[in-house]
Amino acid sequence: MAPHSTGDDDGDDVMHDADAMQADANGVNETAPVKSEDIVVKDELEHMFDDDDDDDEIMVDDASAYRNSTNQTVKSAISNILSADPSDPEVMLQFYSRLFPWRQLFRWLNHAELPSTDFANREFAFTLHNEAYLRYQCYPTFETLRRDVLKLNPSRFEIGPVYSARPRDRKQVPKGSFKPLEKELVFDIDLTDYDEIRTCCSKTKICIKCWQFITMAIKVVDVALRDDFGFEHIMWVYSGRRGAHAWVCDKKARKLDDAKRKAIATYLEIIKGGSQSGKKVNLERPLHPHVRRSHEILKDYFRENILENQDPFRTEKQAERLLQLLPDRQLNEALREKWESTIDRPSDDKWRDIDEMAKSTTSKTLVPKVLLEHKQDIILEYSYPRLDAEVSKHLNHLLKSPFVVHPGTGKVCVPIDTSKLEEFDPDNVPTVMQLLKEIDQWKDPIKKEEDEPSSVGRVSDIEKTSLKPYHDLFSRFVKKLLDAERTVMVKEENLEY
Amino acid sequence: MQGAQALRQIRKQKRGNYIAGPAGKDGGLPYPNRLNFYAVPPKDEVSLEEFEQWAIDRLRVLGEIETCLFRNNSTGEIDATLKRLLEKYLPLSSNNSIPESERSKPKGFAGITNERKKDHYSHFILRLAFARSDDLRRRFTRTESILFRHRFTTDDTRERAEFMNSLELDSQPVSDAEKAQYADDLKAVLTSGSRMPAEKARQQFEAETYLKVDWDRVSDLVETRRVFLRGGKAYVPNSMLLSLVMAEFSKRLDDALIKTARVLPRLDEDDRLIPILNHLSKGFTAPEYNSSASPATLSGDAISAAQIDGLSVHFPLCMRNLHTAVRRDKHLKHFGRLQYGLFLKGLGLSIDEAIVFWRQAFSKFTDDQFNKEYRYNIRHSYGLQGAGRNYKPYSCQQILMEHPPGTGDNHGCPYRHFSPDNLNMVLGSIMGVEDRSVLQGVKQDVGAKKFHLACNRVFEHLHEKELKREKDANGGSSGRETIIHPNEYFDRSWSLKNPDKARKRENGGSSSQVKKEIKDEDVTMMSEWYRDTE
Repeated sequence: MAPHSTGDDDGDDVMHDADAMQADANGVNETAPVKSEDIVVKDELEHMFDDDDDDDEIMVDDASAYRNSTNQTVKSAISNILSADPSDPEVMLQFYSRLFPWRQLFRWLNHAELPSTDFANREFAFTLHNEAYLRYQCYPTFETLRRDVLKLNPSRFEIGPVYSARPRDRKQVPKGSFKPLEKELVFDIDLTDYDEIRTCCSKTKICIKCWQFITMAIKVVDVALRDDFGFEHIMWVYSGRRGAHAWVCDKKARKLDDAKRKAIATYLEIIKGGSQSGKKVNLERPLHPHVRRSHEILKDYFRENILENQDPFRTEKQAERLLQLLPDRQLNEALREKWESTIDRPSDDKWRDIDEMAKSTTSKTLVPKVLLEHKQDIILEYSYPRLDAEVSKHLNHLLKSPFVVHPGTGKVCVPIDTSKLEEFDPDNVPTVMQLLKEIDQWKDPIKKEEDEPSSVGRVSDIEKTSLKPYHDLFSRFVKKLLDAERTVMVKEENLEY
Repeated sequence: MQGAQALRQIRKQKRGNYIAGPAGKDGGLPYPNRLNFYAVPPKDEVSLEEFEQWAIDRLRVLGEIETCLFRNNSTGEIDATLKRLLEKYLPLSSNNSIPESERSKPKGFAGITNERKKDHYSHFILRLAFARSDDLRRRFTRTESILFRHRFTTDDTRERAEFMNSLELDSQPVSDAEKAQYADDLKAVLTSGSRMPAEKARQQFEAETYLKVDWDRVSDLVETRRVFLRGGKAYVPNSMLLSLVMAEFSKRLDDALIKTARVLPRLDEDDRLIPILNHLSKGFTAPEYNSSASPATLSGDAISAAQIDGLSVHFPLCMRNLHTAVRRDKHLKHFGRLQYGLFLKGLGLSIDEAIVFWRQAFSKFTDDQFNKEYRYNIRHSYGLQGAGRNYKPYSCQQILMEHPPGTGDNHGCPYRHFSPDNLNMVLGSIMGVEDRSVLQGVKQDVGAKKFHLACNRVFEHLHEKELKREKDANGGSSGRETIIHPNEYFDRSWSLKNPDKARKRENGGSSSQVKKEIKDEDVTMMSEWYRDTE
């Protein structure tokens, strides 16, 4: 095991003994041999959605896979000697060894304190610094996982399903009996899917204005998952650049097969069609309760977030698109005429023009109710969540782990507190460089003399940084999940007797 | 060898015919309900002739269902076809068909019992034949489900209720208080899309009763938002029970088939049944377009990347649209690359030429980006990387059903996935179709969800002259079926426009054709099975 100079990252001493035993029993695993056949760049043509939707366009240098050498970094002033590049292997190594919440990650995926197959049969996949992609890794405990991560030092890693056997042994078990059994139900929302309607930024850029799309999406999806489907353990995680992931961790959600995952994803999907489909929201009336509730939520945001901040109907081309979505030809003619004379009329005014013009128009074909319905559809088309549904539909889809660092931005993929959703600003998410600096600059407020240990005991590295609130949020989430798992187990036992 | 033979004989005697066994328990009728969920396997003996004949009769019905699905027939059309077919091959009368007084007597019931016995046995015989591969299982479940749905919907109301009670579905009734609590939501879902007047909607809602089930029991209703959800429960109106029953039917059948597949190898000693089962499963293969197996040649030379622009006039709309998109955007998203790339592969574009084609097409990317992001993908689709699976070009069915396009996607079937206006536009701009009557016909086809007919209509319009010539040459009959595969569209278009070269190619024997074929997978399974028995 790689020695590290500081205390354990999050005070997990309780686990050490059980852990060491486990590690001995699985001695083979400790060395985590990297077989050449395991190194693939991509696998499963059908299930890789690589270039289009993924977060990571920035490629790190083609350095060979970084291995942890014997020379350890001196504890003091780490941030000084490091480059400012978050993809620097040395920076990542410091992060994994001092700040990553391994213990909580283990408890989260293991669903209990004692190591079980929920964790041991779980697939981890590493992207190394040379861009090699290492699939089907697995670990009996968080210590073995941590050790391997420190050795391989991946630029990021992903979490896959729990399999029927250990993923490393997949070639030893009888053909066909190696199957994915469980995985959290996941959702991926990414601002690239909003490019045709967001005007403030494009591609990998993001600002607080377009982040509001994500905020609205979280509101709509979260309430549907809770109220409609009855899920309780939903964690939203910032994806590190311009999106968010949801992990639905309820036992029932983890056991869903592909068909049922697809049913949920399709239930939530109301924006349909590709680049040529014309009007993309076509809903039947009366609206389904989920759609009506979503519309209620979104219509309050529409004026500020969409009309004012995005101003999506400003140019002639954009306004023409708006007209295409409206039902009445004569009304459109009247609007077109008005807007031609007032170039650069803001979207907010144009939106208001629709109703005013409708009142004064002589059109005989215009039905007020139909116009209202079309306006509802437009609000939804410009604000309703655009989910990358393929990610949600497959049990064996891998998703980036919470708390890894985005190699392009250096930001940590932190959980989002949905009770303070509006306050979340991706700009304020700490970067790995900033966190390492915070450790350096931390001074023990109680410590009296230089070489004397603090009176309140060791302070973990996470406590010294702005990562702490996110870590606490994660811990609380995991605790609730574990409490629920215990109750379920007790209930099941009672049923048996 | 003799020893093995003798051993098999003994084992056979010991176990007996695996369909035989102790007769059903006495008292009561063996088949009180017309409908059968096929939960209990048959136990009586049947003769070999009956075994084969019953199975073949059922297979005729299932085969016809699959043909209907392939033609995209509506439920109404399938029902009409089935009604005719079932009367002939697999009749199933209701209890009402005999006088009340006769019903309690086994003798009076004999005719009905025989019908139901045939239905029951033939189902289980076909299970044995079709449990062996994933593909066969999936298709068996699908067609059997449709057969069941047909019978369920045509069943007598009272008998249906009795049957429902016998199923014991895991559901709770929704109380009046609860119904009132969610009245607005329930009513909205119930009347969604019907545009009925408020008063009528209210009446319909008042008359409706609801059941509450875990949402995943009716995931198809959830998927299409046709039920109200609260706290993980779906509120299913009685009028939608069919969906609940159907989901249960296919789920139970799926599970049972997997169990059957597991015990199949243990049934290997019966050398009388294996040939029959084997023969049966061969008869149940969907028509599939088999594109040229060897690197195809059109005029004797392999296709190169540079020829694709020229050849694209022979492409169906979906592929021309992708071609136009890749030339315009210098990029295609994942499923677009897959759909178009496999199509080109089907034309006979070699892997090397494919790399050249995509490299040139994605001209806005650097070599480095291209190699990192796309090269692997292309090689993968040729089976040269990763799983090593040799992917087949997508059929119309796959393009229509799988992976509906999302934002920024260009794949899919334009007849299905484009708005009517945009469809008309691309038909004009890409295919050069301006003829009013053709566009009108396309609109009707699309409205009736007959997307392949729309595509064939455009094909016929674009090849009017050539088709006429061919018809004249063949003495008045064209002898061609509906096109059901983009590569078939290409082949026929190319052959029609280049009749001389096409003839040469056909003589060379490398012509592709529509034929019924058995998948490799099934062949190996069967041969393995045989090996075990010898």
